[in-house]
Amino acid sequence: MTNTHTIKFSVYRYDPEKDQEPYMQAMSLELPKGSDMMLLDALEYLKAQDQSLTFRRSCREGVCGSDGLNINGKNGLACMTHVSELKQPIVVRPLPGFPVIRDLVVDMTQFYRQYEAIQPYLINDNKTETKEFLQSPKDREELDGVYECILCACCSSSCPSFWWNPEKFIGPAGLLWAYRFIADTRDTATEQRLANLEDPYSLFRCRGIMNCVQVCPKGLNPTRAIGKIRSKLLQRAV
Amino acid sequence: MVKRVLSSTALGRTGVSDWLVQRVSALIMLAYVVFMLGFYLGHSSIDFGTWHGLFASTWMRVFNVLLLLSVLGHAWIGIWTVLTDYVKCAYLRGTLQILIILGFLACLVWGIQIFWV
Repeated sequence: MTNTHTIKFSVYRYDPEKDQEPYMQAMSLELPKGSDMMLLDALEYLKAQDQSLTFRRSCREGVCGSDGLNINGKNGLACMTHVSELKQPIVVRPLPGFPVIRDLVVDMTQFYRQYEAIQPYLINDNKTETKEFLQSPKDREELDGVYECILCACCSSSCPSFWWNPEKFIGPAGLLWAYRFIADTRDTATEQRLANLEDPYSLFRCRGIMNCVQVCPKGLNPTRAIGKIRSKLLQRAV
Repeated sequence: MVKRVLSSTALGRTGVSDWLVQRVSALIMLAYVVFMLGFYLGHSSIDFGTWHGLFASTWMRVFNVLLLLSVLGHAWIGIWTVLTDYVKCAYLRGTLQILIILGFLACLVWGIQIFWV
């Protein structure tokens, strides 16, 4: 009886300078029986076997949002996914719908542009106030479940509306952030923010299928935030 | 690139109005289906006379035309959404939209003629 067990992987590989087209590479790892690790650590071990394997990583604890991947068909953070919980072979692909730069690394430019477009910063035109802008604990509570977003793009990359119209539809992550500032009592640009969202695409291309909610590694609910913005848009329009 | 589409071939000017039309038209269609089921279940036998009597009344004519407008409006918003999702070539998308709108307008005129005259 051996004291190790084999974990099988199928990893998406693509180097545009060498490969005609992407392919899946079978890889495996020997682990001591009964041991477990996060998928990110497993990828590091696989990279030790094949140094050309490329992926993004940074904090390795679900805070930086660098290692969003498609794992066995579902988007998630490699650093927060236990290898033992995954069916083998573990199929690892880059985030769907985003252009692949190499292997598991995707181009997130469009995702960030939509984020930038919702003006992700506090706007306050109250020029006479010289002290800090205070909030009641109750007003602050409205930002819970919204401000925690780490922009890993797991949600937007699982959203068909964002796949088809990434230039016109802001996507779940951007809309969650839009709500974070619309709901902030210290922000004075609410009207301007809402006016930017009333067209048929920016927000209304959301069909409420809740893929974003299903994959969010932080347990956030972009669909609910979108619903809240929609209510505000309705109150404003009727 | 980020595009903000401020005028489009959607039904209304904003996503808000389309969203509202979609919900209200759905309610009208639901009311129609419920009413029709009730009408069927409320009559043990339906002959031409009952049928004709129902459709000849002014309120039923109004209800029918409301239904027709709801079906066409609802369908247009849905089809416009599907076309703008999946048909990437603008010329083909525009052509399909024009053909469908013409078909819908024909249905509207023809339907009003059937229901009202």
